[in-house]
Amino acid sequence: MRVYVPRDFSACALGADEVARAIEREARRRGITLELVRNGSRGLYWLEPLVEVESNGERVAYGPVSEEEVESLFDRNFLEGKEHPSRQGNPEEIPYLRRQKRLVFRRIGKNDPLALDEYRKQGGLAGLTRALTLSSQQIVEEVTKSGLRGRGGAGFPTGIKWKTTLQAVDDQKYIVCNADEGDSGTFSDRMVIEGDPFLLIEGMIIAGLAVGATEGYVYLRSEYPLARRIFEEALERARAGGILGKDILGSGKSFFLNLYVGAGAYVCGEETSLLESLEGKRGMIRPRPPLPAVHGLWQKPTVVNNVITLASVPVILAEGAEAYAQLGVGRSKGTLPVQLSGNLRRPGLVEVPFGITLEDLLFEYGGGTASGRPLKAIQIGGPLGPYLPASLFHVTLDYEELAKVRGIVGHGGIVAFDDTVNLGEMARYAMEFCAEESCGKCTPCRIGSTRGMELMDKILSGKKAPGSIQLLVDLCDVMINASLCGLGGMTPFPVLSGLRHFPEDFGYAKEEVEPLLQKV
Amino acid sequence: MENGKVESKGELEDILESFSRLANGLIPAFHAIQNRYGYIPKERLPEIARAFNLSQADVYGVLTFYHDFRLEPVGRHVVSVCRAEACQANGSAAVIDHLRRKLGVDFGETTADEEVTLLPTYCFGNCACGPSVAVDGKLYGRMSAERVERILRGMGASA
Ligand SMILES: Cc1cc2nc3c(=O)[nH]c(=O)nc-3n(C[C@H](O)[C@H](O)[C@H](O)COP(=O)(O)O)c2cc1C
Ligand code: SF4
Repeated sequence: MRVYVPRDFSACALGADEVARAIEREARRRGITLELVRNGSRGLYWLEPLVEVESNGERVAYGPVSEEEVESLFDRNFLEGKEHPSRQGNPEEIPYLRRQKRLVFRRIGKNDPLALDEYRKQGGLAGLTRALTLSSQQIVEEVTKSGLRGRGGAGFPTGIKWKTTLQAVDDQKYIVCNADEGDSGTFSDRMVIEGDPFLLIEGMIIAGLAVGATEGYVYLRSEYPLARRIFEEALERARAGGILGKDILGSGKSFFLNLYVGAGAYVCGEETSLLESLEGKRGMIRPRPPLPAVHGLWQKPTVVNNVITLASVPVILAEGAEAYAQLGVGRSKGTLPVQLSGNLRRPGLVEVPFGITLEDLLFEYGGGTASGRPLKAIQIGGPLGPYLPASLFHVTLDYEELAKVRGIVGHGGIVAFDDTVNLGEMARYAMEFCAEESCGKCTPCRIGSTRGMELMDKILSGKKAPGSIQLLVDLCDVMINASLCGLGGMTPFPVLSGLRHFPEDFGYAKEEVEPLLQKV
Repeated sequence: MENGKVESKGELEDILESFSRLANGLIPAFHAIQNRYGYIPKERLPEIARAFNLSQADVYGVLTFYHDFRLEPVGRHVVSVCRAEACQANGSAAVIDHLRRKLGVDFGETTADEEVTLLPTYCFGNCACGPSVAVDGKLYGRMSAERVERILRGMGASA
């Protein structure tokens, strides 16, 4: 008899560890032997902690389960899948999950993420096995054909990046995984590292084979202690299992992988700042060129990719570029693990092909606001992404379509706000966040963000100081055009989008602000 | 965190010895030192600089760049609360207000009895289950003023 309780940072924040202990305690008390498996989360977060039992080969889910409810689950014989107020039935039949197209997340939530034999059984290592039969050029070609674009934020074609590093001639090259995941409203990197760490390892080895790199680093943010523990364990097991090290799956090729933990700086998610930090220094942004692909870690050619980018690679290799490229729309190929959060009834992880509308995501999946009040705005693409109003929810998830309405895909986070939000205050927060996290290298960002905060204070005081909106727009214009990196360069997005779509939150009428917004 | 524990001889030396062998060992060393002492003791910076063959200014520069590292001891308990957007959308303002009022401190400060230090965090990756508060490294989701009050009481830190 198997019982599954997620070992996932969020599930544990809702008491999953306590529930797991209570289940073991209660089983012992009743003289029942059961096997407790700590799986990853399926990402149906409104149901966490989501307990599953396996009886007669079928999984039945119960959630959300509290420690106090465990006794009643036993009383009602949940071990045989019997009725209970928290019973959700077969988890894979829950529409939220059934409607998704999970490629990266196909295994997550099903099993013990650290069981290597289970990983193999569920299709793991198929991509790596195929990659080992191909030349570097062929692997790069395959990834290029798949149309995969970077999932860290900039959406740069992964194949092209890899090609640059492949062509760079050097005795040492590196693969660096960006697991800094600093965007509020995002957690897909965390879920992969906690829920399927071997997938990331496999993706990084393939990247190494593709560009001729034999060493890699995962730069993980310090706010993810559970991910750190799980990944350290996964590294040990992958080394012991002959996957990492001198002789990858008996191929004679080698790849060495290390974990490096950041220290709480948002800007270190930017790849050049990350490389500085990985070298043990202050995370100051490097001017570009040179590109990290040519002069990266310790000036060596380096591929820097996001967790989800790298975790998308094994399935591309295993099932072929065409299968992947068939999903999605336009130049947005494949699937994106969207992360729904904020004020929604059903927040969670939704991996779907590009092309779905925001409306579908927010209402069919997300279930509308948790508060029951009108959904006023979403912030899409992280803290540097814009706020979009309900009138734009018909737009599809697509790099180019979103760009048309000044939106960004970013790392795939969507945060929903009900009508109690004030976008003027969110604009002030965006400036404050930028001031807090600025690396200080360039003036528009370092000084501009503080001036922006002061300006917002003035605007929000309601005194309508003449020219203050003009000043705000001008300031944003300078930050966009003269900042060295995206922190200073994109902080204006949440600010200006708020002003554009919700001028009343800044104390102005649409007609007053519209003429000023022409140039930005 | 083993804040305030008496140092046994040579502990810092051991940390420095093992991390200074790495080309990028300074940040991991800071993590290890802070894990051990609860903060990075200022008076030990010369020693740290020597071990890494860096100037004191360099070491200080790295240390102060990162939000994680502290030059001052913290209270017996550390309460970190998420200030970011996703938690705001779920009403973190009320949780933050409550914490500030109840503890009588602002972000970055420690209560007069040295019980609790209140720190801001920008996202725990718990965005689907916010508002988020961490107490001594243990994360709690779906927080409200009432629930946070219960946790404070549990740690004996509320008036
Ligand atoms: C301020 C700032 C923060 C960023 N944070 C992250 C991050 O946390 N994770 C990430 O993968 N990319 C982040 N990026 C994007 C990276 O600079 C880079 O584009 C990305 O790691 C490349 O990988 P990809 O091509 O796989 O997306 C950030 C960019 C900026 C400007
Ligand atoms: S925009 Fe900000 S974070 Fe980026 S380089 Fe300039 S000062 Fe640093």
